Amino acid sequence: MINPNEIESRLERVLLTVQKPGRYVGGELNITVKNWDEIETHVALVFPDIYDLGISNIGLKILYDQVNLRPDALAERAYAPWLDMETVLRVNQIPLYSLESKHALQDFDIIGFTLPYETLYTNTLNILDLAGVPIFSQDRDKNHPIVVAGGHACFNPEPMHPFIDAFAIGEGEEVIHDIINAQQTWKKSNKERKELLLALAQIPGVYVPSLYEPYYLEDNTISSIKQLSAEVPSSVIKRVVGKLPPPPTHFIVPNIEVVHDRISIEVMRGCTRGCRFCHAGFISRPIRERSVKEVVDAAETAIRSTGFQEFSLMSLSSSDYAHISDLVTAISDRFGNGRLTISLPSLRIDTVSVDLMDRLGNRRGTGFTLAPEAATERMRRIINKFITDEQIIDTAKAAYSHGWTNIKLYFMIGHPSETVEDVEAIARLCNLIHSEGRRLIGGRAKVHVSVGTFVPKPHTPFQWVSCDTSDQIELKQNILKSKLKDRNIKLTWTAIEDSLLESWLSRGDRRLSEVIYTAWKNGAKFDAWQDQHRYSIWMEAFSTHDIDPAFYTHRPRREDEIFPWDHISPGVRKSFLLKDYRMSLEGKLRQDCREICFACGILPLYANLRRKNPGEIWRCPDVKSPAQVLVGKQE
Amino acid sequence: MRVRITFSKFGALRYIGHLDLHRIWERTCRRAGIALSYSQGFHPQPRISLAAALPLGFIGQAELMDLWLEKDEDLIEIIRLLQESAPAGLKLTAIQSIENHQAALQTQVKFADYEIIFLDPVDGEEIAIKIERLISSTTIRRTRRSRQYDLRPLIVSLKFIISDDDNPARLIMRLSASPAATGRPEEILSEFEIEPENTRIIRTGLVLKAE
Repeated sequence: MINPNEIESRLERVLLTVQKPGRYVGGELNITVKNWDEIETHVALVFPDIYDLGISNIGLKILYDQVNLRPDALAERAYAPWLDMETVLRVNQIPLYSLESKHALQDFDIIGFTLPYETLYTNTLNILDLAGVPIFSQDRDKNHPIVVAGGHACFNPEPMHPFIDAFAIGEGEEVIHDIINAQQTWKKSNKERKELLLALAQIPGVYVPSLYEPYYLEDNTISSIKQLSAEVPSSVIKRVVGKLPPPPTHFIVPNIEVVHDRISIEVMRGCTRGCRFCHAGFISRPIRERSVKEVVDAAETAIRSTGFQEFSLMSLSSSDYAHISDLVTAISDRFGNGRLTISLPSLRIDTVSVDLMDRLGNRRGTGFTLAPEAATERMRRIINKFITDEQIIDTAKAAYSHGWTNIKLYFMIGHPSETVEDVEAIARLCNLIHSEGRRLIGGRAKVHVSVGTFVPKPHTPFQWVSCDTSDQIELKQNILKSKLKDRNIKLTWTAIEDSLLESWLSRGDRRLSEVIYTAWKNGAKFDAWQDQHRYSIWMEAFSTHDIDPAFYTHRPRREDEIFPWDHISPGVRKSFLLKDYRMSLEGKLRQDCREICFACGILPLYANLRRKNPGEIWRCPDVKSPAQVLVGKQE
Repeated sequence: MRVRITFSKFGALRYIGHLDLHRIWERTCRRAGIALSYSQGFHPQPRISLAAALPLGFIGQAELMDLWLEKDEDLIEIIRLLQESAPAGLKLTAIQSIENHQAALQTQVKFADYEIIFLDPVDGEEIAIKIERLISSTTIRRTRRSRQYDLRPLIVSLKFIISDDDNPARLIMRLSASPAATGRPEEILSEFEIEPENTRIIRTGLVLKAE
């Protein structure tokens, strides 16, 4: 074992040979450094990409605070070293270490990864390797840290099943304590590692993949998923908190410049819109809001404790926040002195949004963002995001006339039922918005069109949908490139290879873990970085294991297919998703569920939690005795 | 109100560059509730002026910075508030009030003093001989960014201190640090064929021109 002093003295010799050494030294304002030897449980929280991206991750910050609040535990941070630092670490035999105390990651009791998206998988393996922790769960013994992962991508944990000891499904604020408690009890008992895994698997919301086994049909789809112990649940239901706890305010202030140098305050969690492509919209239900006072007070404390000049009010759909207008008034009253930049992302496409942004004041250098996603009524019905062209154009016009010069438009292509006409409509709409802009403000009017490619996600109504073929996507991208030629229209799109990788990983099964391992062994990492993407390595890895990548992307799914993630429950019923999928096939819209409950499954499942948090804390409409609905179903 | 602050920069902040340090001070002032004056113009910037950029990896023992404050405040109070709000690795050691019309701090810097600690054992005699040779030469031709220059006039003084029970071997030097003629300690090390990463470089002070 190498101690922190030795790590520090080796680092001193090498830090000046890498880019941005400030990434690797810690020492930021608002970190927590406890006395290692006096603390029972040591938790390393890892964001498996570079510091510059990871430092502002709000999920890890929440967990960092939760763990450090406990007198018997500490949390420290680690990030993926960039390629130059990785070489330096390996050459000088420096194991990956935590930034706070410079302890090697293998000295921790628990290593917790956040996996908000799938393209972090290879980095996760690389970090375990750099930490000197066995890559495979089965090779770890009682002296190794327990490796836990959470975050949105973990709603389909199967592709990462052999590498992670336990997945925390859902919200982490409470379950992290249960995991620490279980680890402490086990450590005192001096039992084998498998006893800890069994204990973890009994915590609600914790999935221990080694205690489950899928069986396959001849076509490689799943016939059943069985528990290997009678003590573990057949389905792991995600954890949610009944009421959002106070938001973090003492943000860690990086010493170097990072991607998001700002305060983030979560205004609400969950979304009632039901856009069918949106993973977050289905897995983060129910909708829970914070009060205006709580948000404004938190912002004030955070500004004082960090000195940041920018803060972002986060939610999946800001306009739907019940008190949005009051919030904007309170924020601009309190902070509207012109020196703060306040961002309010994910606004609905209507002129009210322009008014809200206008009242927030600061628009220096920022564009006005709208996300219509589709440009024809047909596609809008399929994806359940219904806005008229008129609404979009009126909003863009209002933004131009209120002083914004750049309108940023998000669109999505690649739904298999999308036609060339649907794509041409995107170009037509963008050109129309640009010409309206020219008319209003002349040559300063700019449009930035960002076109993403649809990736079907587990636990959404589109989990049955196949991906568009690469040829089709290329054709559609070329249509946009040829029709959006004005020099004041900027077009960006996603590389086809990047979308494919995300698609394989999103709906992957256990077999895919071998592909991930081989791809990593052969050099795949930083897969979220467009310039680092090694498509050929992935294709080779598929062929090494004789797996057809199209199985995950282009294969149509049977309606009764058992998916690899079916034993993981986001609280939304599969039957509800299936119904919504069928509605999509018929072009039927499902309205916002704030007013009417469509019985997605959340309310009966979390009935007790709801009862403990009555009134406005949840935005789900009141349904009479939700518990009885469940009983009725069972009969 | 213009104040001059002396501070040290060490620990994790050794690895933080000049522009980042500028932002760190800006945020420290904001947390401390000390309102800085802003520059005029289209993009007003808070008025902070650091005497001389401290290269990445160097420790600064007595760095200098001027701040322009919106309001007059008690000097002791300023230093207390700033120290409370500063990140680990910045320690304020002195403050004085400065006439507003004085020349820009950067233009007043004349010399910089450095101490270079060797992390590995070195041959003291060999270094002493090399120093002798450097000091006695009239010119030391070197190339920096493909431009020829003479290092010798940039060296004001240079001496070697051998290791003893408490301290490792080290070099003490004073180099020219005016904007037009700046000597760099790594250039001296390079004359000795020592890699900077095998040393710890401390800027122990900055010497200003007499007003």
